[in-house]
Amino acid sequence: MSRSATATTSTAESAKSTSSRPSSLHLLFNNKLATAGLIVFGLIVLVALAAPLLPLANPDATAPVDRLLRPLSDGHLLGTDALGRDILSRLIWGTRVSLAVGISATLIAAFFGSMIGLVAGYAGGRIDTLLMRGIDMVMAFPYILLALAIVAVLGPGLLNALYAIAVVNIPFFARNIRGIALGLSRREFVDAARLSGKSHPQILFLEVLPNVLPVIIITMSTTIGWMVLETAGLSFLGLGAQPPQADLGSMLGDGRKILFTAPHVSIIPGLMIFALVMSINLLGDGVRDVLDPRLKSGALTRPVARTAVIRDSVPQIAEPDANAVLDVRDLKTEFAFGGEIFKAVGGVDMSVGQGECLGIVGESGSGKSVSAMSIMGLVPTPPGRITGGVALLEGEDLFAATDERIRQLRGSAVSHVFQDPLSTLHPLFTVGDQLVEAIQAHQSLSGSEARAKAADLLKLVRIPNPAERLNAYPHELSGGMRQRVCIAMALADDARVIIADEPTTALDVTVQAQVLALLDTLRKERNAGILFITHDFGVVSAICDRVAVMYAGKFVETGKTEDILSSPAHPYTAKLIDCVPVLGQPERRLDAIEGRPPVVNKLPIGCAFAPRCPRAQDDCRAAPIPITRFGDGRTVRCIHPLTGEAANA
Amino acid sequence: MPDAPLLSIENAERVFGGGRTMFGQPKPAVHAVQDVTITVRKGETLGVVGESGCGKSTLARMIVGLDAPSAGRIVFDGRDIVKEARGDLRRLSREVQYVFQDPVASLNPRKTIRAILEAPLRHLRKLDKAQRETRLEELMEAVNLAPEFLGRYPHEFSGGQAQRIGIARALAADPKLIVLDEPVSALDVSVQAQVLNILDDLKRRFGLTYVFISHDLSVVESVSDRVAVMYFGRIVEIGPGRTVFRTPRHPYTHLLLDSAPAPGRRLRASEDANTELPDPYDPPPGCAFYARCPRGTDKCIAQVPPLELMSDEADHRAACFHPHEAQ
Repeated sequence: MSRSATATTSTAESAKSTSSRPSSLHLLFNNKLATAGLIVFGLIVLVALAAPLLPLANPDATAPVDRLLRPLSDGHLLGTDALGRDILSRLIWGTRVSLAVGISATLIAAFFGSMIGLVAGYAGGRIDTLLMRGIDMVMAFPYILLALAIVAVLGPGLLNALYAIAVVNIPFFARNIRGIALGLSRREFVDAARLSGKSHPQILFLEVLPNVLPVIIITMSTTIGWMVLETAGLSFLGLGAQPPQADLGSMLGDGRKILFTAPHVSIIPGLMIFALVMSINLLGDGVRDVLDPRLKSGALTRPVARTAVIRDSVPQIAEPDANAVLDVRDLKTEFAFGGEIFKAVGGVDMSVGQGECLGIVGESGSGKSVSAMSIMGLVPTPPGRITGGVALLEGEDLFAATDERIRQLRGSAVSHVFQDPLSTLHPLFTVGDQLVEAIQAHQSLSGSEARAKAADLLKLVRIPNPAERLNAYPHELSGGMRQRVCIAMALADDARVIIADEPTTALDVTVQAQVLALLDTLRKERNAGILFITHDFGVVSAICDRVAVMYAGKFVETGKTEDILSSPAHPYTAKLIDCVPVLGQPERRLDAIEGRPPVVNKLPIGCAFAPRCPRAQDDCRAAPIPITRFGDGRTVRCIHPLTGEAANA
Repeated sequence: MPDAPLLSIENAERVFGGGRTMFGQPKPAVHAVQDVTITVRKGETLGVVGESGCGKSTLARMIVGLDAPSAGRIVFDGRDIVKEARGDLRRLSREVQYVFQDPVASLNPRKTIRAILEAPLRHLRKLDKAQRETRLEELMEAVNLAPEFLGRYPHEFSGGQAQRIGIARALAADPKLIVLDEPVSALDVSVQAQVLNILDDLKRRFGLTYVFISHDLSVVESVSDRVAVMYFGRIVEIGPGRTVFRTPRHPYTHLLLDSAPAPGRRLRASEDANTELPDPYDPPPGCAFYARCPRGTDKCIAQVPPLELMSDEADHRAACFHPHEAQ
């Protein structure tokens, strides 16, 4: 019964309203320069399109009597050129031609270039080599020479100039698109499409192309301006538009000879080219920023060096824990996205003693990493901020400390070890350089002294031949060795607390056992506390003295590892232990937790686990659940706990 | 012959790289899979365990026809699938399907779930529109997802839901054998159990056969009838799951079992940090595990130990000259 009930809630939860992410258009309008570009470009295009409807003089009608009239003269708003033709009229008709040529050339180049890029990237191997070497040959000529050569062969004229510009720009598209297609073709969904019975052309055009399309549009938006310029360039040289037809380049060319006597003849088309190309480029950059997935998720907003702390009041600690190196009380961290507040951490108390290992266990999204990152202000602001609580490092409130003080403490008294050592270490520096850097950041040692210390650190983390290994680059080491280097770096100065965020999740089991053993020895040798974040109760058993189980931003149960594993008090803890297969007990039927964790922007008033809990009653949903203390330093946030001892406490 | 294997892999080998450069220099070659011989019987689950880089994913890709062995044969239901897949993958894909490790990466972000699930129905099963509609509903029901989800895009799903869609896609072709390559390792533990239970349920309902690849020993133990342990491209031990896990004979299997963390178990003594995996470009002679093995002797460097029957139970084989005793 409970199964079907929870299944429906999960459906209801997933059928949530559409996301509150701002639309692409909205994002574009947020960018002031792009909006200005859009307005200018829109105006120019409108005027150019409306040219036949506007009361303009015939752009090609010569009137030698009225030659070289200045702007604002009677009947000729922008004056006339050397043959007495109306410049305003020629400007508008010329812009029309330039735009048409620029846009068509872009479309042609985009079509053929993308096609070549897609096929080369998808097919790979010989076809790729053949196509791309062809493209390289086109690129080996300076573009203007190539365009000149093409026009020379085909003869001057606008259409030929258009072909020349399109051909010259094909490599640009081909190379861009090939790179993207190459990456996409190795993705798993392409393999999946093959196994679904799709043929190669179907995969290329129905699976890969839709994913490449944004890149094609981005590339087009950033090249149209360039194409308009090139058209103008060829026409300026007399190879594009032929007299009497006007385009911006030929107008500029006409005015060149009389630049000093009648500057307006060349300055006006020049300004138009500038306005047109500038507006297109601004708009193109704006479009790229909106569409490019790499720039989307806030990569352009630079987070500040430390998480903002906005505390209403500093809680007074009644009974500071004398033994604790790190003592965190009522920590609250929030993220603000598009008008909504996500309460990632909603009041967490934790303390780590000397040489003690505290494990934080929880599923992804439960707030365990955010809790740990908040301590040293490593949560990115914006959008994150700490809204309450204190973090005491040996009595010092870290949230009240100055930025300079935090900078000193980071990596010395409190250091971090992250999940993926390959992305933590810089690929271009040797591990020795990186260790020396970490050491010298906190101690004024000479180069050779720091290097000797670095070798000592590698020895400390049991890396064989430490002096030699200092010269190794991260890619030359195995995953386990890399993680050892990261641990060595965390010990570069006198670490009091090591915050280890899933440090063994990316490692193989045999290597994981080695790294866990190393951490276990080191914390005893150095008397440093470890805050160990993991999702695996097996790993917790291996190293942690105490464990805190986290759910929806709060600790739901804390206590000694053995106690919690043998008699969990919170139903969530019990479920979390029961849903994992245990080595040596293959017959055990796995007890899955139905439903999904709540989203932290809409937390219920009562227990966040109640919708998934088999023991939930009405009072669980009515009010916030207080923490109950019982037994040997255990706490549980449940009013219907599983153990009698907790129920009676 | 009632017990004819559904799938048999005979001395399969896969070499990446190799050959010679333009100037006749030999290019470095990696033996991802070497001399692998396995049979999978109809209706059973064969678990394959091993650490990263041991060749288990390459083996999986060869079974479904995404990759071809450099040598050896793969026979499915009496047909040589290596030749068949080279000509037309579709015939094989109707019978052998694949579930990917990363559920989100295996779904095209620009396709709706309907489009993703319809592809195999349209291209492999050639169903018309009405039949597809009925089948889509069946599939969504089988993996316990609401039919409304069909109109949505992959990014709207959690990892567990996305993996269920991946499983539904594999089921769509109505295959006999499904190769599951680390199907739960990208998922949260609570979701992992949901997916494992669904897989178990589907196997019984549709009479499926699984090849289940994972680095997680406890997951493999809980799902597998038989288990193969791979090290450095070779199978070092294979046998009924219970036997392999209770009485491992190969020292590597021992090491794996001792290293695996288990709730309620303190750290056991781990091996020395000195032990490094062998270099795949420069494989050691003899047994690849020799450098890490506490039982190694000169014989182990001299020749590669063959995969031999262990005396205690039929069908339990290990590739070791000095195996552990059966307890």
